[in-house]
Amino acid sequence: MSSPEDRPRARRKLSGRAPGAPRRVAYLYILPALAFYLLFTLFPLGQTVKLSLYAWDGVSPREYVGFANYRELFGDERIRAGFGHALQLVLFFSVLSIVLGLFLTALLTRFPVRGLTFFRTVLFMPQTIATVVVAQAFVWWYAPEGPLNEFLRAIGLSGYAHTWIGDFDWALRAVGAIGTWVTFGLCMVLFLAGAQRIDGSLYEAARVDGAGAVREFLAVTLPGLRNELVVAATLTTITALRSFDLIYNTTSGGPAGETEVPSWLMFYNAFDLPHRVGYAAAIATMLTLTISAVALVLGRLSRAGE
Amino acid sequence: MMTSRLDRITTYVVLSGFTLAVLYPLLSIVSLAFHQKNDRVTGFSLPTTFSFHTFVAAWNEGNFSNGMLGSVIVAVSVTIVSAGLSLLTGYAFGTMHFRGKTILFNLFMLGLVFPYEATVIPLYYDFQNVDLVGSYWALILPQIGQSVTLGTFWMRAFFLTTPRSIVEAGRIDGASSFRLLRSVLFPLSKPALLTLCALVFMYTWNEFLLALVLLQGSDNTTAPLGLSYFAGATRAGDPTKVAAASVLVATPVIIAYVFLQRQFIRGVLAGAVKE
Repeated sequence: MSSPEDRPRARRKLSGRAPGAPRRVAYLYILPALAFYLLFTLFPLGQTVKLSLYAWDGVSPREYVGFANYRELFGDERIRAGFGHALQLVLFFSVLSIVLGLFLTALLTRFPVRGLTFFRTVLFMPQTIATVVVAQAFVWWYAPEGPLNEFLRAIGLSGYAHTWIGDFDWALRAVGAIGTWVTFGLCMVLFLAGAQRIDGSLYEAARVDGAGAVREFLAVTLPGLRNELVVAATLTTITALRSFDLIYNTTSGGPAGETEVPSWLMFYNAFDLPHRVGYAAAIATMLTLTISAVALVLGRLSRAGE
Repeated sequence: MMTSRLDRITTYVVLSGFTLAVLYPLLSIVSLAFHQKNDRVTGFSLPTTFSFHTFVAAWNEGNFSNGMLGSVIVAVSVTIVSAGLSLLTGYAFGTMHFRGKTILFNLFMLGLVFPYEATVIPLYYDFQNVDLVGSYWALILPQIGQSVTLGTFWMRAFFLTTPRSIVEAGRIDGASSFRLLRSVLFPLSKPALLTLCALVFMYTWNEFLLALVLLQGSDNTTAPLGLSYFAGATRAGDPTKVAAASVLVATPVIIAYVFLQRQFIRGVLAGAVKE
């Protein structure tokens, strides 16, 4: 692509000539996709923001209430707890996954590992499976007589057997661990791709300096993966913050609201009685703002050191 | 680098451990599906029967012919239409200059970041106004809107890699932009399109929230939605059938993944690393 400086010049010089000239026909090519995108994605997003300023039960006329929904939102213990739960999920979906991904990358880049394609294919696979299916697998996995508890009993740790997703203390962590299971392979694949682009001479230089495997990882691999780290953090954090399918299909927010998250609270308020549509829209707007802020801050971070 | 034998063995052991950690939950539900209700399954028992009895029962009781058909209708339409539209936008953004190009492209990229969960409330009421709640249109139209953002990003990246000389030669020959796309660039773009189709098909097949909200009160359903309802109603009575149904719902995408794993991984990574 031409750089921003030479584009206007090219336009001036080439107007009226075929190659490289500005082309109005481009709008025709973009129009159909743009129409779908505007009509069914951006426009509804705007409607959500607008709805958040109304009190509405979905049937009777709406009543404009200004920022009342937001004022209520900030004082609502349940909503605050929901955002708090989402933050804890970030630890599992993002922080833990990135640590595991880095660890595996460090292992896999020391020598040519046989069967790398196989390992990569399997570890990435959870990304491709429908969350509803993943949820069913783990509901069984965590069941009182399920594989996890039976495994713990088999190795003599029956004291650690729980009902997991039905347990007041463990439910959120158990759901979070499913998130780690889903995302760590993605992080690993991202980091492996990035590690291949690191200049080999940096490793030689580190070795000449007598760096061990750990020093080498900290001094060469980790800084070289800066952008991949930001991408992984952004992607997994967003996945954690918006998670709905997993919660709905494992715990439905329970026990006693311990795993309620913003998107679940949005759904619940909008589509369960008494249908607080405006309030649900305010939750959705807050969630969108939170996610945009995360994307923006992490995006800045990746550009900062360049 | 020099690595000792012990080092290598440790690496393979650790890798196998992680591989097992990923496969174990999946295999245990597959194994559960090959049991029958009165087997009193606990933990990871090996299959007692290699008959597909449980699968057939789950298929019939959960009405999965309906859900699978619905998912095929939705996923295939969304995939074909959004791949076609993204071919066009990618062509424009990747090979042409025009006013407002950067702004328009960034507008599309916005759709990759913000949570579509936030659009589902108004979509429900909008579709209710035009009597489309409960129809597959209510799933197809919004998912085309979401998929063209990824598609535009992906196909633009492809068109940026095609040699400019092809485009310029075509224009000097006086070929219309559409003829150039159809007879020269489209054949070249097939691998990129295939990757895009695999991704969009996967995301659409696996989608849950839109189906949950927009198919309310209708007999129409999708495979994941059907599974969710079936699990809620059946799990306590017979977890083996829920396991069988889960395997059925996951199978189409897993088969596609086994054959196209490179495309899947490359596509998800590229979608992630959007500058």
